[in-house]
Amino acid sequence: MTLLSSTGLSVSLGGKQVLHDLTFSVAAGEFVGLIGPNGAGKSTLLRSVLGLLPFAGTILLDGKSATAIGARQRAGKIAYLAQEREIAWDVPVEAVVALGRSPHLPSFAALTDADRAVIDEAMRRMDVEAFSHRIATELSGGEKARVLTARALAQDTPLLLADEPTAGLDPSHQIALMRLFGNLARDGRSVVASLHDLGLAARWCSRLILIDRGRIVADGPPETVLTQETLRAVYGVEAFFGDADGARIVHPLDLADPGSAGS
Amino acid sequence: MTVNLRYRLLVALLAAATLVLFLLSLTVGPAGIAFGDSMVALFSGKADAVTLIMRDIRLPRALLGLMIGATLGLSGAVLQGYLRNPLAEPGLLGISATASLGAVLAIYTGLSAAFALALPLAALAGAVLAVVVVQAMAGTRGNSLLIILAGIAVTSFAGAMTSLALNLSPNPFAALEIMFWMLGSLTDRSMTHVWLAGPFMVVGWVMLGSLGRSLDALTLGSETAASMGIDMRRVQFLAVFGTAACVGAGTAVSGAIGFVGLVVPHILRPLVGSRPSRLLLASALGGACVVLAADVLVRLIAPERDLKLGVLTAIVGAPFFLWLVFRARRRLT
Repeated sequence: MTLLSSTGLSVSLGGKQVLHDLTFSVAAGEFVGLIGPNGAGKSTLLRSVLGLLPFAGTILLDGKSATAIGARQRAGKIAYLAQEREIAWDVPVEAVVALGRSPHLPSFAALTDADRAVIDEAMRRMDVEAFSHRIATELSGGEKARVLTARALAQDTPLLLADEPTAGLDPSHQIALMRLFGNLARDGRSVVASLHDLGLAARWCSRLILIDRGRIVADGPPETVLTQETLRAVYGVEAFFGDADGARIVHPLDLADPGSAGS
Repeated sequence: MTVNLRYRLLVALLAAATLVLFLLSLTVGPAGIAFGDSMVALFSGKADAVTLIMRDIRLPRALLGLMIGATLGLSGAVLQGYLRNPLAEPGLLGISATASLGAVLAIYTGLSAAFALALPLAALAGAVLAVVVVQAMAGTRGNSLLIILAGIAVTSFAGAMTSLALNLSPNPFAALEIMFWMLGSLTDRSMTHVWLAGPFMVVGWVMLGSLGRSLDALTLGSETAASMGIDMRRVQFLAVFGTAACVGAGTAVSGAIGFVGLVVPHILRPLVGSRPSRLLLASALGGACVVLAADVLVRLIAPERDLKLGVLTAIVGAPFFLWLVFRARRRLT
C-alpha cells in the first residue's frame, strides 16, 4: 500500500528552483533514508510533503491530494520531526511529549488513559522516562532531540518524516533510534528520515533516496545507491565499503580527487 | 496531578483577589461612603446622591478596570505565546499607538467636544486601521518576525502623527487635553463607555481564549505546530484581530495603559508551569488585579491631583521589570 507518492514535485524558494520534478512513492513498511549533500533539497522535500511550502506537481497521501486535506487530517497521517530543536518555554519533558496527542483530541478535551499510554510508550522508546519531569529547555542537545522524537512518536501516525533525527545523538542512541525506525517499518508504518551518516543509512534503512541539487540521483536498496561512483560524483568523497553480519558498511575516508569526480 | 491542583489553586486565588479589588474599587473614593451603604445603594433603586455616585461613577470605573486589565493580561499572554517572545505585549502590533492617534485626532479636530463618543469611535477606527496594515504587510503565511516589524513601523508612524497633532495643536488647552488623555486613566468614564467597549472586548476575549491549544503546540515552533494540525493562518487571524478588538476597545476608553500586558504574563508564567494555554486565564485575572489595584492606588495616593493610571503602572511596572531581568541574569550566570 502506498502511503505517500509524489509526481513531478517542484519547489522554488526565493525565486530559485530547489526541487526539480521529483517522482517517488513510499509504501507502508519502508524505512527510507533521504541522503544527499548540504543544500540538496532534503528538508525542502520533507517540508513540501507537509504542506509547509507551496509546490508544483502532485503529492498524494493515502491516495488523496495533500493540498485537499485539512491540517488536522494531515496531522493524523504524518508526524514531523523538525531539524531545529525548538522549545520556546520552560515546560516539563512530559508536557512536550504530550503535545503529540493534540491532533487526536477534540477541542478543550483532556488526555484520556489511552493517550497517556501512548505518551508513556513514546517516552520509553526514546529512553527519556528517567527525566520526564525535568524542564525540557535545560536538557542537553541530544536529550532534547530524543524528547522531540518521542513527541513525534506520540502522534502515532502511519508516516513519520524526520529531518536529521540522529544529529547530536550519542552512538548508542543513534543505533537505538535507527532500530526503532526499522521496527516501526516492520509494524507496517513508514519512516522517511534525512540522514548525513552514510554508515547508519547503509546499515539500517530499507531503501535510500539520494538527492543532489534538487534531483533524485538514485533510489533503491542501500547496496545499489551507495557505490564508489555515486559517492564520488555526488559527495566528492572516497569511501570504504565492507560487509558485516550481512549488512553494508560504508565509511567515507577522504575527499575524492577532483579530477576523477563524475567519471 | 499536583501540577493541576496548583494551577486550580492559583486561578482560585487570582479570582478571589480580583473580586476583592473590584469591591475595593467600588468603595474607595472621595465621597467616603461606607461599604455597607455603597452596596445597598448599588442594588437599591433609590434616586439619591449615593446611588448616583455608585452607579454612574464608581461602577463603570470598576467595570472598566476589570475589563481593561483582563484584556491587557490576556492579550499579552496570547501575543507572547504566539510570537514565542517574552517581550511581546499588546502595544507591539501598533494597535495602542494607532488607537491613541485616532483619539488624539478626535480631540485635535474638536470632534470629541462636539460629540462625546467621537473619541472612542475614532480610537477604534485607528485600531482597525493598524490591524489591516499589519495583516497586509505580514501576509497570511504567518511569519511572526514580519508581524513584529510591521507593528513597529505602524507604531512609529502613529507616534509621529500624534506628535504632529501636538505640534500643530491650535491652543495649549487642546495640547494639554491630548497629553492627559494619552497618559491613560479610568476617571470620569460612564456606563456608555462600558457598553461601547464591552461587545468588542467580549468578541476579542472569545477569539483569544480559543487559542490555548494552538499556543501550546507553538512551543515547538510554527512548522512543528502546523504538522500537528494547527492551522497557522487561523491562529494568526485570531491572535491579531482578537487583540485588535479588545485592546483597541480598551485603549479607546482609557488611553494606553502600559506594562500590564508585558509584566503580568511574565510574573505568572513560572507559576503555571510555563504552559501557554494555562497562562491565558491566569494572566487575564492577573491583569485585572493589577489594573484594579493601580486604579484604587491613584485614588488613595493623590486623590486631589488626578494621578493618571498609565503613569502609575509604568512607574511600578518598569522597575519591577528591571528586577525580573536582574533575576533572569542571576539564573543564567
